[in-house]
Amino acid sequence: MASILEESGFNPGAELKVVGTNPVKHDGLDKVTGRAKFGADAFLPGMLVGKILRSPHAHAIIKSIDTSKAEALPGVKSVVTRDDFPEKAAGSGPGDMTRNIMAREKALYDGHPVAAVAATSERVAKKAIKLIEVEYEILPHVIDPVEAMKPGAPILHDYIRTKGAVENEDAQTNVTERMVTQLGDADVGFEDADVIVERSFDSAPMHQGYIEPQACIADYSEDGQVEVWCCTQAPFVYRDRLSAILDIDCNKINVQQSELGGGFGGKTGFYGEPIAILLSKKASAAVKIVLSRIEVFRGTGPVSGTSYTIKMGCKKDGTITAAHANMVFQSGPYAGSMYFNAPNAMFTRYDIKNVDIVAYEVLSNRQKVASFRAPCVPQIVFGVEGVVDEMARKIEMDPIDFRMKNACEDGHTTIYGDTWGPIGFIETLKQAKESDHYKTPVKAGEGRGISTGFWFNRGGETAASLNLAPDGTVTIAIGTADVAGSRISISMMAAEELGIPVDQVRVKMADTNSLGFNRVTAGSRTTFSVGMVIVDSARKCIAELRGRAAEMWDVPEDGVIFEDGMVRPASANVGDFEPMSIADICKKTTMSHGAISGHTEMNVTGAGPGFAVNIVDVKVDENTGRTDVTRYTVIQDVGKAIHPQQVEGQIQGGAIQGVGWALNEEYIYGEDGRLQNAGFLDYRMPVASDVPMVDTIMVEVPNPAHPFGLRGVGEVPVVPTMAAVGNAIGDAIGIRPTSLPMSPSKMLDIIEQAKAEGVYKG
Amino acid sequence: MTKRSHISLSVNGDEYETLCEPDQSLVDVLRNELELTGTKEGCSTGDCGACSIRLDGDLVCSCLVLAVEAEGKEIETIEGMAPKSDELHPLQRHFLEINGLQCGICTPGILIAAKALLEKNSDPTETEIRFWLAGNLCRCTGYDKIIRSVQAAAEEMRKG
Repeated sequence: MASILEESGFNPGAELKVVGTNPVKHDGLDKVTGRAKFGADAFLPGMLVGKILRSPHAHAIIKSIDTSKAEALPGVKSVVTRDDFPEKAAGSGPGDMTRNIMAREKALYDGHPVAAVAATSERVAKKAIKLIEVEYEILPHVIDPVEAMKPGAPILHDYIRTKGAVENEDAQTNVTERMVTQLGDADVGFEDADVIVERSFDSAPMHQGYIEPQACIADYSEDGQVEVWCCTQAPFVYRDRLSAILDIDCNKINVQQSELGGGFGGKTGFYGEPIAILLSKKASAAVKIVLSRIEVFRGTGPVSGTSYTIKMGCKKDGTITAAHANMVFQSGPYAGSMYFNAPNAMFTRYDIKNVDIVAYEVLSNRQKVASFRAPCVPQIVFGVEGVVDEMARKIEMDPIDFRMKNACEDGHTTIYGDTWGPIGFIETLKQAKESDHYKTPVKAGEGRGISTGFWFNRGGETAASLNLAPDGTVTIAIGTADVAGSRISISMMAAEELGIPVDQVRVKMADTNSLGFNRVTAGSRTTFSVGMVIVDSARKCIAELRGRAAEMWDVPEDGVIFEDGMVRPASANVGDFEPMSIADICKKTTMSHGAISGHTEMNVTGAGPGFAVNIVDVKVDENTGRTDVTRYTVIQDVGKAIHPQQVEGQIQGGAIQGVGWALNEEYIYGEDGRLQNAGFLDYRMPVASDVPMVDTIMVEVPNPAHPFGLRGVGEVPVVPTMAAVGNAIGDAIGIRPTSLPMSPSKMLDIIEQAKAEGVYKG
Repeated sequence: MTKRSHISLSVNGDEYETLCEPDQSLVDVLRNELELTGTKEGCSTGDCGACSIRLDGDLVCSCLVLAVEAEGKEIETIEGMAPKSDELHPLQRHFLEINGLQCGICTPGILIAAKALLEKNSDPTETEIRFWLAGNLCRCTGYDKIIRSVQAAAEEMRKG
């Protein structure tokens, strides 16, 4: 059905009553009283406890698995291994997925599941997995992706050949793809440059760090219907992928999402759910699997670690003439790192005519990487913005002016082919330059860094329903997840369109049986996309309300208008009718004509790109190497903040996640290939005393494709962060770090180096 | 089979009796035996603070307390924080109004910890709040609005 939203109806002069205010979110009350139900907070009668046995080896052939002793233990109701999963071809999408859920031919990382049990209690389940005997043949492993590329490195899969290889096309390899992205002629661009800067960088994998470990309940009924309760960012994607790897029809799997205790991309793919389904099927009882924190670190996705070189050139007037990058992305034991985002986003925001990017995705014996806020972009922008800063310094230009000189304007055609509408990058730079933070001199002993970032923002397949109840109140069913407050923003957009108070709208996260397919909640797409769908649904309801009023008044439909939540005669000529509210019409006609509902499925397009500028001040302790962020300001184009407080929260949260990635967070492996810091004590995320307040300046350059002008806001806050911190450290101590995280031991080395070179500022 | 231990404890003023394993943590018993799931479990090692409760008034991580140690003790959890069913504690109200929560998984632990702080120190500085809450991880907010929510509640409570 054609959407009536082909024209968004965006009206820059519209007087908005609800959009732009800060109502308390409807799900908030249950979250401050402890009543909200997260993944681990549900119980079913007769429910069993599921536990997973994991490989202690980074790389090993699984020669045999003997589960007989575990099965004989009283209280054990089912055991599953690779033999219980349908065979899927190695190297295919479902084949990789099923093998990551349960190791098949080989265990490929420390923490790879090899078997699971369901038992009547946690105690019995834990005892049972210890009784499972797995015979391994340990193989040489490789952790570092650069090592994994070298000839003679341990090979993870004998069938991998490098897509896009320029040599040794038929050789066994760990490199899944060599991707080249080009624009103009980089060689010519570098010839035109007066200044060329080339630096090498690397970044360690960090974990998404959601506080809620993955949790699910699966209930496989005797007639083959599966009910799944879980914390997820992607209920429909879970359903479809469960169908693909378990050979169960989609309509027999119903996924109901719980409240989501953080995801940040890490809950876009499942882990325990397929195992719980098979355990439940074999046990004829519901099975709950709650991962421990150690399992979250060892068994679920961190982000890609990287190793890369950036080379850029500019003229003396500041014009960037060319950019080159050569990058390696680590993906874990299977392809799927989303590394293709990096070439498309890393330089995008600067109008560079000559670009040459080569990127490799490499497999190694680490946890399979998962998505994280702006996947694969922030860790590369760390290097890009370091080089940009160095060029600005070399030509003695203000770092914001330098970026302004090269900033993209409205109508820019990107390296990935899109042509942008109105964008706010230049405005964010202007407001950065005029900000109190930038105008305030840097404190003695501190350093200041500037950085910028871009994220595409996304749309995609979205389906939702808006129902008018007989009393005129509104219920909305969505199929996306609420990662931090989208329900209230969706309520507000519906209320604005329908001209009613936001408290008359309630949004419910529906199960997968109740709506058509919804794409994953990720990429800063949800409030934008669901907003489009809900406004469309509301307009369908309004059309029906007008029709019913016309029938009641016995006038033509075009004689009826809808305005400020009321149906009125279009003019005095139509007749003298008392205006009617939504509630009036619903009360009078629901029983005679049926309910009024709007229902929309769309592949939403028109997401407006997002830009952010960071200004960061830091202090680096000369004796300990510890870096403290002393002041942080984010300037971001948000299009239109539906709920400004929530948008600000996204910005602040993204910035501080970036501070953790910048200063502390990394996966550390031993010589044996085992993860050594699988806990919050040794994997150090920022705590309240580590960080300052985060000041925000929200720039609103509306996206005209959306009825209220909004842009996605969730990804871009993290994109510039590590680069800004790095540039600030460089300013503070005299040498700009090139390795993430910029942890104390590395900083002590750099301080030593700066002193030796006579550049230490301190 | 190991015999389970019988314990009786008071939670938010209500008396409970239950059986537990000798090595079962208090958070496990609260959540999975008493089904008081407002207290969250994020790490089981005392690093994230999601399971923060009061045990005879002391602020503790309930993942680091054995359930058998709670025998005869008075426990306060998030479910008991609101003084009445239709009235929130000022901390709860200000967390809602200032948006001191995003996903909400850390919120019960942070509210319990912040209440303990304000009982000891009615006028904490920003630094004091930050250090007091350093044992409570939040991955969504960057802490800014959490700190502001605590400050606002403290101010209101001082005014009485």
